[in-house]
Amino acid sequence: MAIKVGIPRGLFYYRYYPLWKTFLEELGVDIVLSDQTNKHILDEGVKSCVDEACLPVKVFHGHVLNLKDRVDYLFIPRLTSISKNEYICPKIGGLPDMVRNTIKDLPQIIDTEINIRRSEKNIWKAVKEIGSYFSDNKIQIKKAYNKAQKIQNMFDSAVRAGRLPSDILDYSVKASCGSAQKGQSLLNILIIGHPYNLYDSYINMDLVKKLRNNGVNLITVEMQDESIINKKTVSLNKPMFWNFGRLAMGTAMHILEQGDIDGIIYLMSFGCGIDSFVCDLIEKRVRRLSTIPFIILTIDEHSGEAGMNTRVEAFIDMIKWRKKDESNISALR
Amino acid sequence: MKVTFPHLGNLYVPIKAMLDDLGADYVVPPFNNKSALELGTKYAPELACLPLKITIGNFIQAYEKGADTIIMTGGCGPCRFGYYYEMQREILHDIGYKMDMIALDIPMGNFREILAGIGKLAEGVKKLAGGWNINKILKAAVNTTIISSRIDDLERLSFKIRPREKNRGDTNEIMKEFRKKVFDTNGSSEVKKLIEDTGKKLLEIEIDSNYKPLRVGIVGEIYTTIDTGTSLNIQERLGDMGVEVCRPVTISGWIIEHMIKGGLHLPRDLRFAEAAKPYLGAMIGGHAQETVGNSVLFANDGYDGIIQIYPLTCMPEIVAESILPSVERDYGIPVLTLIIDEMTGEAGYLTRVEAFVDLLEKRRESKAIEGTTVLSGN
Repeated sequence: MAIKVGIPRGLFYYRYYPLWKTFLEELGVDIVLSDQTNKHILDEGVKSCVDEACLPVKVFHGHVLNLKDRVDYLFIPRLTSISKNEYICPKIGGLPDMVRNTIKDLPQIIDTEINIRRSEKNIWKAVKEIGSYFSDNKIQIKKAYNKAQKIQNMFDSAVRAGRLPSDILDYSVKASCGSAQKGQSLLNILIIGHPYNLYDSYINMDLVKKLRNNGVNLITVEMQDESIINKKTVSLNKPMFWNFGRLAMGTAMHILEQGDIDGIIYLMSFGCGIDSFVCDLIEKRVRRLSTIPFIILTIDEHSGEAGMNTRVEAFIDMIKWRKKDESNISALR
Repeated sequence: MKVTFPHLGNLYVPIKAMLDDLGADYVVPPFNNKSALELGTKYAPELACLPLKITIGNFIQAYEKGADTIIMTGGCGPCRFGYYYEMQREILHDIGYKMDMIALDIPMGNFREILAGIGKLAEGVKKLAGGWNINKILKAAVNTTIISSRIDDLERLSFKIRPREKNRGDTNEIMKEFRKKVFDTNGSSEVKKLIEDTGKKLLEIEIDSNYKPLRVGIVGEIYTTIDTGTSLNIQERLGDMGVEVCRPVTISGWIIEHMIKGGLHLPRDLRFAEAAKPYLGAMIGGHAQETVGNSVLFANDGYDGIIQIYPLTCMPEIVAESILPSVERDYGIPVLTLIIDEMTGEAGYLTRVEAFVDLLEKRRESKAIEGTTVLSGN
């Protein structure tokens, strides 16, 4: 019987699942995914995790609880840095320790550190270490990783072309039926948010579907070309040392210059340290340089769906009226 | 140019001495107070951590007293502190306070960026010193380091004396006077003298040498543990309850271990990291590793309890908080976590501290009784 490795469906699942899945499966491992986020997972996560953590981290704990009794290993790599000179977030860097010290009776955790802050070569060290759990054959590990990288690249380019990670990963009817309906004029809205908030439809209360049903064409940070982002962020006074911070900031700067956007939504989770700064910096920039409508949606475990709906609908109505009425005025002149 | 700087506990003492030595014109912002926090809360992002809000308040209050330039240090993450000066610059710009920022930042990035960073750093130092008098600059830097470490020694001494004093309040009086007198000094030699005199005065306090105080270790985020105005004077209050406190994270520690040794890649004192290893395997930013590691060291040292303090939404300390229950369980040492934000009420906070101290006392008593019953049973 093959070894079963559990991957919690939370946090960086939405960014790296194709890579992890292919790599581990190539080494002859059975992957067990936790269930899609649901009320039970959320509640259990909130109950076990410290109160002060942010919603996605709590939900992640719920996913671990959902998995722990049916796998031999849990795959929770320590993601310290996934880009040069940048970090992700202290909570994600300390995630395996948080989980280990919070939840009892866990299977063995694969908590290899992935840290390419100083050098990209470190990734090989991490790959070899993870691979060594399941294979002694270095060539096999290398082959598996190369294949995994290929699949991940395909995934990344599909995302850049406009498909949302949730559409691909959850391959559910749910997400795709939410595509914009015909006949409606499309609004282009940039939605900035961590992948784990944006693509987990339970956490954000189906925000993506709601927007699409309202005739919104979604633009996300992941759809942007990283080389364009990097060109923009060079002009910052101080480079951002958070991966997401740089991507979000660069995207906002790029979009502001392009000027073909109708509104910006910033989706953040309560207590997110990075968002508290990045969101404010982006908001300041948007308000200074443009008249593009900007809204912040904050989610936590107490968020009510009705309140969220009201805010989203009001935001979209406002943009639509503005488009209709303001363009009338300018036409008369 | 009139410079100012943020408050952080006794940091104003070495910085004031340094600016005096350099002959710079400066304003020490009013000590951390409620209206500074209110100003900061009004202008800073809602979910930003407390130190950012207080420093914004410091700068606004200093501006009103005539300051036009700010000295700040930076960092390279992942803790938010590294991006503070950018945030502060943007916020002050938006609300119309025209202040320059001298950022003393650790250069990072690729080679060109590092060179540019060193250039910026040198420019800042030159601005402060009013020229390139290397001798003067080096001397000021050395003196700042010495003063910061002496003042930490003085504070440590007060932690030891306060619980043992026979006449409650003696230590507080001397320390209060010290804080006032600092403003009458000019330059590092006078400050050094003042620290020495104050130390002597502390040693003259009548103490009960037989008294065995409870010992509590204070861990957590650096700003809220060091800054007495933010932690609602927890160290003094514990001392007044007859508890001896120890706080391993200090300003001089930060300057020497983090800035000097870290900057020059010298070997650092990493006992805490070794102790934290079974619980937290890597550096995750901020002081999380210190918090966990020092808690273990305290437990091994026979301390009675640990208090963790951090500002709401502090990312590294949240990780530490979720790990501390394991330390608590493995070493049998009680841990109290206090989280501070602009809504913290003094009464509720104190009640928790008092209850914790009561618990530690009862625990010590019952341990002592257990010891005797075992003996008599034999």
